[in-house]
Amino acid sequence: MIRSVMVMNTQGKPRLAKFYDFQPVEKQQELIRSVFGVLCSRAENVSNFLEADSIFGPDSRLVYKHYATLYFVLVFDSSENELAMLDLIQVFVETLDKCFKNVCELDLVFNYCKMHTIIDEIIFGGQVLETSSTEVMKAIEEISKLETASNSISLVPKSVSGWRTR
Amino acid sequence: MAGGTSSLMDTLFQRTLDDVIKGFRLQLVGESAFISKALDEIRRELKSTDPHTKSTALHKLSYLSSLHHHDMSWAAFHVVEVMSSSRFAHKRIGYNAASLSFHDATPVLLLITNQLRKDLTSTNEFEVSLALECLSRIATADLARDLTPEIFTLLSSSKVFVRKKAIGVVLRVFAKYPDAARVCFKRLVENLDSSDPQILSAVVGVFCELASKDPGSYLPLAPEFYRILVDSKNNWVLIKVLKIFAKLVPLEPRLAKRVVEPICEHMRRTGAKSLMFECIRTIVSSLSEYESAVRLAVAKIQELLVDDDPNLKYLGLQALSIVAPKHYWAVLENKEVVIKALSDADPNIKLESLRLVMAMVAESNVMEISRVLVNYSLKSDPDFCNEILGSILSTCSRNVYEMIIDFDWYVSLLGEMSRIPHCQNGDEIENQLIDIGIRVKDVRPELVRVARGLLIDPALLGNPFLHRILSATAWVSGEYVEFSRNPFELMEALLQPRTSLLPPSIRAVYIHSAFKVLIFCLHSYLLQRESITSSCPDNLALGVSELVLKREMLEGSDLATCEGPTAHGEQDEGFNPRVSNQSFEDLSVENGGERIISHGQTSTPDSLENGFTYESIVNLLNLIELALGPLIGSHDVEILERARNLLCFIELIKGKLPECLVKKEENLGSEEMKASKIIELMCDAFSEELCPVSVSAQERVPIPEGLVLKENLDDLETICGDIQLPTSISFSLGSPHYEEGVSASLSDLQSKEESEPSNESTSLLREHRKRHGLYYLPSEKGEIVATDYPPANDPKLQDYLNKDTDDLVKLTEESLVAKKKANHAKPRPIVVKLDEGEVVSISAKRPEPKDDLLSGAVREVLLGSDNRTTSSRSNPSDKSSSKRKGKEKLNIGPSELKDNLGDAEKHEHENPSSRRSRHRTHGKERIHKSPGKISEETEENGQKGKQKSSHHHAKHKARRRTDMPLDVVSQAPVIPDFLL
Repeated sequence: MIRSVMVMNTQGKPRLAKFYDFQPVEKQQELIRSVFGVLCSRAENVSNFLEADSIFGPDSRLVYKHYATLYFVLVFDSSENELAMLDLIQVFVETLDKCFKNVCELDLVFNYCKMHTIIDEIIFGGQVLETSSTEVMKAIEEISKLETASNSISLVPKSVSGWRTR
Repeated sequence: MAGGTSSLMDTLFQRTLDDVIKGFRLQLVGESAFISKALDEIRRELKSTDPHTKSTALHKLSYLSSLHHHDMSWAAFHVVEVMSSSRFAHKRIGYNAASLSFHDATPVLLLITNQLRKDLTSTNEFEVSLALECLSRIATADLARDLTPEIFTLLSSSKVFVRKKAIGVVLRVFAKYPDAARVCFKRLVENLDSSDPQILSAVVGVFCELASKDPGSYLPLAPEFYRILVDSKNNWVLIKVLKIFAKLVPLEPRLAKRVVEPICEHMRRTGAKSLMFECIRTIVSSLSEYESAVRLAVAKIQELLVDDDPNLKYLGLQALSIVAPKHYWAVLENKEVVIKALSDADPNIKLESLRLVMAMVAESNVMEISRVLVNYSLKSDPDFCNEILGSILSTCSRNVYEMIIDFDWYVSLLGEMSRIPHCQNGDEIENQLIDIGIRVKDVRPELVRVARGLLIDPALLGNPFLHRILSATAWVSGEYVEFSRNPFELMEALLQPRTSLLPPSIRAVYIHSAFKVLIFCLHSYLLQRESITSSCPDNLALGVSELVLKREMLEGSDLATCEGPTAHGEQDEGFNPRVSNQSFEDLSVENGGERIISHGQTSTPDSLENGFTYESIVNLLNLIELALGPLIGSHDVEILERARNLLCFIELIKGKLPECLVKKEENLGSEEMKASKIIELMCDAFSEELCPVSVSAQERVPIPEGLVLKENLDDLETICGDIQLPTSISFSLGSPHYEEGVSASLSDLQSKEESEPSNESTSLLREHRKRHGLYYLPSEKGEIVATDYPPANDPKLQDYLNKDTDDLVKLTEESLVAKKKANHAKPRPIVVKLDEGEVVSISAKRPEPKDDLLSGAVREVLLGSDNRTTSSRSNPSDKSSSKRKGKEKLNIGPSELKDNLGDAEKHEHENPSSRRSRHRTHGKERIHKSPGKISEETEENGQKGKQKSSHHHAKHKARRRTDMPLDVVSQAPVIPDFLL
């Protein structure tokens, strides 16, 4: 089972944080901070694994990948395969890339919600449900279609906010 | 649309999440100010009646909660409101907020059951998906119970998008409400036959999780998994199936035979490293008795090890360390790679290879490997250096140093490690030095030599990491001073000026050790002198006999020591000086009590003989006075006390020593006699040997009447909080009836201070005080001369014991120790061990009721109900849940059969007989542990198909059986004999 997904930048600012077993916010903050503390001390070109027992308790593993200004982190237990988890990060990033065309940190900052939708399609309650980015994209498009459709019913606020942001 | 003007304004000018994010980036007013402003807005907006305003506010709040860690539990009710919105966009926000912030204790969870049910049955697959997703995160037992029927329906949904999520949610539902398995499990199993890869991947994932908790229950599904293992081409699915087999195989040996070939096939064929690694891991962890498969796996590991990708190298090392215990050759074959990996750039790889190197350590090579590693640690960075040292220390000390044969070598290795500049393992080294000193008699001379080397080096005192080690060496030198070649040098080392760099608690140990050394020197000097002036046996005998008298209160073994001088004194009477020299030798040997062992004997007396002249003793005393004089004003009570003790003692004897020497051939005056007597007494006090104490010793002590164990000792904590006991080694002072639990060097003094001096020494002191009143404080603090027993029920001591029973142990187990000693083999020095294993074994694992409920339910579905009773028996205490279960059954009630079952179970649980249930638990464990038996059962009980067909029947039978005492073995789970 996957315990947590985190995306944070190289300054330690979280961009996405999902914990599949409930953690109070203070604990979340502490976990993110300690993960970052270890990540930032690691050199380039070393393995992508971390011993996470001290942070997440026994039987926990952590893989991360470093893309440009972002760390993508997955925390999981012994019923996942380490290399498969690295692939999963790859899938996630590929999907983001397809979604935003050359994804960069700013895309993630401003599309917090979409990023959530994507990760929810890939990981469901701590389990990997989808590993094909095309399938994920399909679902994402459907969902956003549905969202805009449901929003356009409310004419007044929509038109006003549309006008305001123009 | 909007209710009032204010809410209209809110709606018109509300900031969206995007606005908030942009605001963050502008950072016009610091971050925290910005957030608190945004939170104020959100609070107001959430109260709006307009659903759009409300959901936008909630959206912002979720964002702040998730990425800026602001609690949002206060908005739980608003979350429920937004969830129930009919618009998808709002609903989504609501559901996301719920999965983010709800947990088992959230009160409003009770309100969402109907909303979830409505959405689960919605025709819009995305709404269903929202509800499932939320449920997978927040489902409680109640929610799971109430929504089981809906999930059951969804498990066979025609839409893949929904079905896979329904499969995913089953995991959480089963975990929270095991009885759901009775309803849903069959459908879940049916999905294993699905041709859709997404469905298959999801359902295999779920089984992987389920099997990791309770593999036994899923054995009957082995044929399905086997089919997937052979047929599937999807790596994700294969990895999960491999994980399942890794759990099942240990339970069923015949399964292993069957799967080993397909797994090897995958390993040979696959190009995906992840799958290959999973194959390797499965083989080495669960199929390690198949030699050829292991060979293949090790060959693949070799490929990983030489790969450039550090990830693969790391995993290769990990796999190797799994093989290591059973297939040592695999590590040896890759020895070079492993050693080379010690200098890898990646800290993970370095650590992993260090572990492997340590796994290679055995009795035969421990010296070499430690040598290599210690040299290596000198070259590596501080962190890894300490990692290396730490693992050497823990490996060598494992199981009471079972790996060490040459303790002299190990002790000097410890000394060497202490000198490594980055060494931060002072605590561990300290513990081991003392522990070895206490446990291994034969090594003490070497230990003292090593300790001396560290003590006399003034440079070491400047390194704070070494202080703990120095504390141990000081203690060792004091305690085993009789092995020292040159006590004078030791004294100088203990009192060197740079000791002022030590923290007070350790300095106190130094001073106390100096005390012991001084007593030893004086005593040796006196013995030397006595043996020369042995022409006056009467006096000597007189003095000694008094001693004996006192000693009789001590335990018997010590008597030998005391009687020694007497016997010699009498023997020597009238003999010529030729004998006296020899008798001195004997005496000094005896004097150490049983402590001096054969090979210390030859060297010690020689050096002593040369050493102790009157001048040297006087110099010694002067040195101490000079060094400790300033400490009389120390602000640290430990130092102050000990320095006082020592100085006052010197004061006490100093005046009398000269006479001793001048009147060599004359009768001793009463003064000198007293002095020598005092020294004698002190020496006895210190000569008591410290022994290790069994961890469980405390439990064997009956609690004395009137002892309040639960008393709150917080007050004591504030007083003693800053005192750091120098060691946690347990030991005992050899009196069988009086318990004394104090940590090493503190002990002697402490007990002394807490006890009353015996009458005689009190009178001595009183006399002394009269004469040298100048040197006494008004209080009685300076009194130290005593042959003291701690009063049996000294309240202070008892409190102390209660406070930290683990560290400060008591009770001598003299007889036990002696027995153990005799048992040891010859070539290795005796290492005193106590039977400590027994305590640990008691806390056997307790079955978790939930899991058992689940496995019970699962087994029931899979095997018919024959084993139903087995599972319900194994949760002896879960009364309430079973009651509830009985009741709940009525609510769901897809079949009336289950109601009956619930009742049967309830009945069962309400007549709990502790003896029976314990018996049953055993039975169950046995079933788990002996697959052989199970398989026999299997054959007896016939095939799965038959079982299933007689499903209904069997259930009734089982119910009947619950009421009678059962033959446990007949209840073993039945495994379909698919191998036939």
